[in-house]
Amino acid sequence: MEKQTSYVYDVIKVCLLAGKVMLQNGGETYRVEDTMTRIADAYGATQSNSYVTPTGIIFSVEGPEPSKTQLIRISDRTTDLYKVTKVNSISRRISSGELSIQEAYYELDKLDKMTERYTFPKQLVAAAVASGCFLIMFQGVWGDFIPAVLAGGGGFFSVTLFNRLVPIKFFSEFLASFVIGLLAVLFVSLGLGEQLDKIIIGSVMPLVPGLLITNAVRDLMAGHLISGLSKGAEAFLTAFAIGAGIALVVSFL
Amino acid sequence: MTIMAQVFTSFIASAAFGLLFNAPKSSLLKGGFVGMCGWMIYYGMEASGIDPVIATVTASFFIAVISQFFAKKYRTPVIIFSVAGIIPLVPGGLAYDAMRNFVQNDYNTAINLAARAFMISGSIAVGLVFSEVINQIIRHSTFTRRQKQR
Repeated sequence: MEKQTSYVYDVIKVCLLAGKVMLQNGGETYRVEDTMTRIADAYGATQSNSYVTPTGIIFSVEGPEPSKTQLIRISDRTTDLYKVTKVNSISRRISSGELSIQEAYYELDKLDKMTERYTFPKQLVAAAVASGCFLIMFQGVWGDFIPAVLAGGGGFFSVTLFNRLVPIKFFSEFLASFVIGLLAVLFVSLGLGEQLDKIIIGSVMPLVPGLLITNAVRDLMAGHLISGLSKGAEAFLTAFAIGAGIALVVSFL
Repeated sequence: MTIMAQVFTSFIASAAFGLLFNAPKSSLLKGGFVGMCGWMIYYGMEASGIDPVIATVTASFFIAVISQFFAKKYRTPVIIFSVAGIIPLVPGGLAYDAMRNFVQNDYNTAINLAARAFMISGSIAVGLVFSEVINQIIRHSTFTRRQKQR
């Protein structure tokens, strides 16, 4: 009996860790629930229930003994598709019976503690180039390409920097968009750029919560009402921070 | 020339976003390709005078179809391709524009833009969900057919 109880707790632990890694790195709500149920099934806990929101997961397993529930808190969220893919393949291996509970926990823990795969300079270049490309996609002129690349790069650099200094996401985004606004105005007033609006829109794209907005609507449609609303609120806050940061610059003109 | 520029920039932008989202190296170019296809469908439809909402639904539908095909082929979650793919369609510029107008006290323009941003993000979601549903229907029907044969 004692041994059985601790076994169920181990299963819950593995499920919650898998769910946590997925949710923190941008996995969809339904995918997180599905993965956790599959893992629990594979380890013989067929009666499991999960409740997933962007800020926490509740997972419970029922059985002949009293049912057991655990809760895990999610505080920071980023998008890291590599980890989502990796959890997916680990869960597949668990389902096919390749991994024992200890092995699965070890692999998930290793994955959780892994840091960024792409170095910061690479990401900076990607964000900067993406900003320039968005300028062209939004009907900007090629003459504004370099200013948008510089402003977008500056914005991404400052959002990362401020994120380390101030752990509040709102302020780092606010300050970063302020920097973007300043750079854009500077380039236009120096005569290096022409269309201020287009430069700003292109450069804020790496910060903009576009994916969150879409995911929020998708969650709402799938019936995950709480996740949908909270993702929507998060997206709204980010959009507000960016808008306010830019407006601060524009209002001084 | 403009079309070439659009093809090129949408490919680069989607691939760059894949890198920002830490997608595996091997899927960066595929993500860029998906994004390029989606953006070209959207761009072509919008240039020929079709409403942006309808253009967005169509583009995101095709993005999801291509992503599902890639996901099945390379045995990875769909999200890797679809996320990079929908980035060009996402109304980030509109959302930002709306917010800027709110902060500058121009509420009429702001509500207008916000409603449009909401409509477009809704239509991205509709396109994605729609193709998922169709995919499931197809899978379900082949499954039952096979069972009947047995």
